[in-house]
Parts: sequence; C-alpha cells; structure tokens
Amino acid sequence: MEGGVVYENDLNLKATELRLGLPGTERNEEQPVSCTRNNKRPLPETRDQDGGTKAKYDAPHADPDTPHAPKAQMVGWPPIRSYRKNSLQQPKQTEAESAGMYVKVSMDGAPYLRKIDLKVYKGYPELLKALENMFKLTIGEYSEREGYKGSEYAPTYEDKDGDWMLVGDVPWDMFMSSCKRMRVMKGSEARGLGYEA
Amino acid sequence: MSEDDDRSPPSDSVTTTDSCFSKTQTCTSGSTSGSGPSSVPEFQAPYPDQVLENVLENVLCFLTSRRDRNAASLVCRSWYRVEALTRSELFIGNCYALSPRRATSRFTRIRSVTLKGKPRFADFNLMPPTWGAYFAPWVSAMAKAYPWLEKLHLKRMTVTDDDLALLAESFSGFKELVLVCCDGFGTSGLAYVASKCRQLRVLDLIESEVSDDEVDWISCFPESEMCLESLIFDCVDCPINFDALERLVARSPSLRKLRLNRSVSIGQLHRLMVRAPQLTHLGTGSFRPSEDVAHGEQEPDYVSAFAACESLVCLSGFREIVPDYLPAIYPVCANLTSLNLSYANITAEQLRPIIRNCHKLQILWVLDSICDEGLQAVAATCKELHELRVFPIDACEDSEGPVSEVGLQAISEGCRKLQSILYFCQRMTNAAVIAMSKNCPDLVVFRLCIMGRHRPDHVTGEPMDEGFGAIVMNCKNLTRLAVSGLLTDRAFSYIGRYGKTVRTLSVAFAGDSDMGLNYVLEGCPRLQKLEIRDSPFGDAALLSGLHHYYNMRFLWMSSCKLTSGGCQQIARALPRLVVEVINDEADEDMGNFVDKLYMYRSLEGPRDDAPKVVSIL
Repeated sequence: MEGGVVYENDLNLKATELRLGLPGTERNEEQPVSCTRNNKRPLPETRDQDGGTKAKYDAPHADPDTPHAPKAQMVGWPPIRSYRKNSLQQPKQTEAESAGMYVKVSMDGAPYLRKIDLKVYKGYPELLKALENMFKLTIGEYSEREGYKGSEYAPTYEDKDGDWMLVGDVPWDMFMSSCKRMRVMKGSEARGLGYEA
Repeated sequence: MSEDDDRSPPSDSVTTTDSCFSKTQTCTSGSTSGSGPSSVPEFQAPYPDQVLENVLENVLCFLTSRRDRNAASLVCRSWYRVEALTRSELFIGNCYALSPRRATSRFTRIRSVTLKGKPRFADFNLMPPTWGAYFAPWVSAMAKAYPWLEKLHLKRMTVTDDDLALLAESFSGFKELVLVCCDGFGTSGLAYVASKCRQLRVLDLIESEVSDDEVDWISCFPESEMCLESLIFDCVDCPINFDALERLVARSPSLRKLRLNRSVSIGQLHRLMVRAPQLTHLGTGSFRPSEDVAHGEQEPDYVSAFAACESLVCLSGFREIVPDYLPAIYPVCANLTSLNLSYANITAEQLRPIIRNCHKLQILWVLDSICDEGLQAVAATCKELHELRVFPIDACEDSEGPVSEVGLQAISEGCRKLQSILYFCQRMTNAAVIAMSKNCPDLVVFRLCIMGRHRPDHVTGEPMDEGFGAIVMNCKNLTRLAVSGLLTDRAFSYIGRYGKTVRTLSVAFAGDSDMGLNYVLEGCPRLQKLEIRDSPFGDAALLSGLHHYYNMRFLWMSSCKLTSGGCQQIARALPRLVVEVINDEADEDMGNFVDKLYMYRSLEGPRDDAPKVVSIL
C-alpha cells in the first residue's frame, strides 16, 4: 500500500513508474480525480498532512482575510498577532500558503535561493521568462533533442523521485505536479543533461 | 531652522565672553554685520568659528538623547551643522516621513540606525500585505553613505534576502542586526548575514516572519572564534542544524543571550546550557523531549544545568512545554528579573511553585491559563514587578475567560511598582480598574483588552468610562493607553481632560459620537500615535484635529464614519501630511465611508511605492 498522500495530478507518471503491486490496483483511486488540474477542484482527502517538502495543495477559495473560527469573527480582533495565535493553537500545523505552489530555485554561482510560485505561470515560456528576469540571464531555446541551445544555462528540476530533469521535457501539468525544486545549471553539466532522455 | 542669533552692536571683538553663538554668522553670511568699523578683515572670521565649532563638536558628542539633539539642532545654523556631524544614532519612527537621501545628506557619520515602518495595526491583518515599508531603498542609500554602519534595528519593515545580502556586503564593521516584526526574507538571507558579517555580535530576530528556504544558515557562521553576544531566533520556524549550533555556541565565549526556536528539544537545550553557563538570557525552545527519545532512557540532569547558569536573569521559550519539566528551572528563579511563559499552557498549580521563588521578578509574561489564582500567586511574591502581560490562550470573543477583575485587583494590591500592563480578559469591572489606578500610580502603560466588544462592567452593567477615567486621572506618568469594553464619549472626555501626558492611544469599538474623538484631539497635547478602529467618529471629528496632526507621528482610523470628502479636506489643509486611504473592494457595507485612513507627516509628499489599493489624496 502506498504510504503518504495521493497526488491526483500525476497520472502519466504512474505508467512508467516501477512499483510493487498488481497492475491496475491504483487506477480506481485515480479515476475520479483525473480531471482535476491545478487545484480547480481539490478533494478534501488530498489535503497534505505531513507538509514539509512536498508541493502544497490548497483550497482555491482560501482567502487570507477570512477568519478561520466558526463564528463570525472580526478581522484583527482581539488584537493578537497571528504568530502568537498559531503558536498556541497547533504547534505542528504546517503553514498554509493560501494560493501557491512554491518551489525553490537555485542558480549555480548565485549565493542564495529564490522561491517562486508555479501557479502564477501558465506555461513554460512564462516560467522561463521569469527565471531570466530573476537571475538576469538568457536561457536559450528549448529543443527536445538538444536541450537548451544558445546559452550556457539550462533550467532543471528535481522531480518527486529525486531525478534531475530538464525543464520542458514533460508536459506543463506534469511538471507542475512533480517539480519539487529547480536549479539553473551552468556550463557543461547543463549540456550533459540535455542529451538524456 | 532658526536664524542665527545676531548680537548687536556688531562688535568686532573676537573675545566672545558670553554666549558662544554670537559669532556664528561665519562665512555663510559674508559681510552681514559689516556695518561696523572696518577693523576686522573678512578672512579672519573663519578662525574663531572654527574653534567654536570644534568646541561644539566636542561638547555635543556627549549628547546622546535624540530629543536633546533635536533641540540643540534648532539653536542656530552652526549648532545644526555640528549636531548633524556628531550624531551617530539615527532614529526614524516612520520610514515614510523622509527619504533615505534626505537622511543621509543631513547626517553623515551615522553608526546606528533605527527604522520603523508599518503601523501596529498591520500586525492584526488590517493592512494589505503589499502596503509598503520596504527596506530596499534605505539599505541602498546607506550602503553608499554609511560604510561604517554598525547597528541596524528595524521594526515592521519588509526586508528581502537581497536587502540582507547588500547589507552583508556593504558594511564591513557591521555588529548588530535586530529585526522586530519584519517579513519578506528567509533563511537564505540569514545565511548571507551569518557568513559575511565577520564582526557580528548581535543577531536578534523577534516575532518576524522568516521563510524556510531550507538553508542551513547556522552553518554559515565562520568557523573561527566568534564575538557573538546575542543570538535570538525563536521566531524562525524551521528546523536547524543542531550540531552546527552546538559548535557555534562552543566557540562563542561572549555569548550572553540565546533564544532557541521550537525545533530544539529539552535534551538539546541541555547540551547547549552545559556549553554556555555564562548565559544571562535564555529562550528554551520547546521544553519537551524530542520524539525519538526512548521512554525510560536516562534523562540529563536539567536541574544542575540550570543551577550552573548563575548569571541567568531572563528566561523565555517553553514553546511546547511538558509541564513536568518546569521544576527544572527552580535554581534560577531567585535571580530571575524577566520570565516569559506566554507560550506555556500551564495552570495555577504548575505556576505556583515557580513563581513563589521569583522575588526579584520585574517582567512577567503569561497566558491566562494560570487563571485569577495564578495571578494572585504572582501578586503575593513579585513585589518588584514592573511589567505584566497576560495573553489569552483562546483569542476569541466568546471564550471562557479564565482571568477577570479578580486577577487585576490582586495584582494591583500586590505589585505596587507596576509600570506597564497588558491584560486580556472577558470580563472586568470599573472597581478593579479604579483600584489599580490608585494602587499603581507609577503606571506608564495601561492596556486593557476586554475581548468581547462593547462589554460593560459585568457587575454593575455600566460602561467602563469610570475605570479608564480613573487611570488617566491618577496615573500622572501615563504615556500609553489602550481602551476597550463599553465606552461612551464620557470616557474620552476624561482622557482629554486628564491625559495630558498620553502619547499613544488605542481605541476599538468605543465612543458614541464625534465628540469622543474631539475631546482627545483637543485635550491631549502630547498625542503622537492614535489608532482607532470601528468607532463612530466622522469627518467633523477628524477636522477638529487639524491643529495637531503635524505634531503626530500618525493617525490610523479604520471602519469609522469618515468620508473621502472629509479626508480630502485634511489633505488640502495640511500639505505636509500624507493622507492614505485604503478601501476594501470586497466590502460593500461601507457605502460612502472610507474603510481605512492612515495619515502621517512627511517631508517628501506622496510615496511612489504604494500598491493600487492605496490611494494617496
């Protein structure tokens, strides 16, 4: 039995995944969710329980201003800082970023990381443009066979299995669901990756 | 700035016997007083003034209070100039009151900067998150103007990792970074500061939002012996590399203040305490064993570890406390001057044995889980108490309310030296508040938050006017007041009549009419900061304060009865006031009323970094 949370979006990866178990045992779990993309209709049971490093799913209707208590509470009353409120109520609660799928992006040679919200981007072109702006570099054109031509940088990402893939190799939605973190690689390392499947 | 004090007759005598600024006409004024005999050649003028300026410089550098310095700078141009040259600590209470460029042009030798951004109500989600208070333009300006900057103290500013990186790069002698209620940065930024600021003595992160970039910033401190004196990171809500922390503590012999976050278990705390018995301030982290400690395993001797910390005077933390461990702190209780149990859900019974020994305690922060009984225990022992804060464990309007007027009364009777109190409760009486006003005449800060809105005295059913009236009447040193409960305009008339020293006033769900605000604006000459929410004050009341707004740091009014017309009038009448109006689009009920008004004096006019939701009139 698979431990952890079922990701309703990673359908295609299942086909190529190696796992123990009879084929077809998981199909039933996924059928009802097959059309959900990008949290349009999140199911309650997909609420991430362990939190931490996994990509976060959140109800799209979460409004930062809406108070959480069942009765109608005023915003900001009583005047207690939310930090204090959270510390007392549920110490182990993970932070709920109300509408975001944040991944860390590092770049070779840059001293510190950035965090970006993948949900903000509609596809690869936008994402790449954002990376270019963020790190002040050009990434070049993507081609399936040869990776990123025209620059010494290549954006890569680590997927749920811990493999480093080139950004653009998989359909955008699959990328969104499987990307754990990103790294803009430089130089020959980047080129090497481009030649992998 | 004031004019130079020209003394007539235009004596050409260089021997100034009396007031030294009689000759400060200096080079700037050229030949102004030259109506006298031509005996003094022009080029002699700089010399005596140079002497004077040197004298001034040597004298003024002893002036540390910024209020004194501000006064000195108004004497004349020469004093203004010299004061600007000798000021080393810059305090800016509102980052939008002036531009970075203006500050750095006037003061050229600054070593320490304190900068405050958002108003306090931003802490309670009353401001849009993109409102402003960005540190970026300040750090850019200071990087160029103050390469010798040593200390930075920021409150309610948005600080990014980029800003921290620039800070770390630009100030080679940087010693002290204190970030209070700040946001916008993460452990990446901390890593940068840790690794580049080689002279760092103080890194204090207090109630700030720090994002977890999964960077091991503790390991970024240099491996050599450090001059670290204070490391406060209890608000950094991410796991840390404990072994690296232990090594850091071991190589920081000057470390006196250490406040751990809740990822540190009590077992780990023990290891650190053994390494650093010289600590004076300790924040304990979670104060529970970590999950992977086997049950029945030999536990370290916590009591001895505390006993070894003979200098410990300030204890805090206890984030996820297992109360059984609390007795470990017995050995230090007698020396404690400050104890923060405000994250510890403990009962009166659990508190009593501790507090019974805390005779020297001056500052106590607790949760209302200790109930009135716990407060009575505090009152019985802590005769030196200066500051008490009682926070609610259940911060909503309809909760049980374990503390009440009984606790307040007890405190007022036992802790006569009380100067500052913050008390959250569900029910209160005028009698108890009046008692406190008489028993604790030294009160400087009185903040009472009756959490149920519009709640009257629960015994008499009357408004809480008399209680707060007594406070302003009897506490002659009162500078900060926060009111709550059912209050009529009468309460405000008391504040206006007696609250002559009040500088900060917080009002919520109070008052009947414009008269309430009117009383305050006309009666309180020292008022600097006024924050009001959900009270029926309108344009007429707002206009009645025109004479005073330039003397204030800011005025905040939300969900009151102001119209944009009224706010426009203010903006027109007072050109040096920045009048910001924030309207929640979602809120239809507001009708014609302005949702939020935030106005403040400024030398710069409207800022250019406001988000769309803010309109500046």
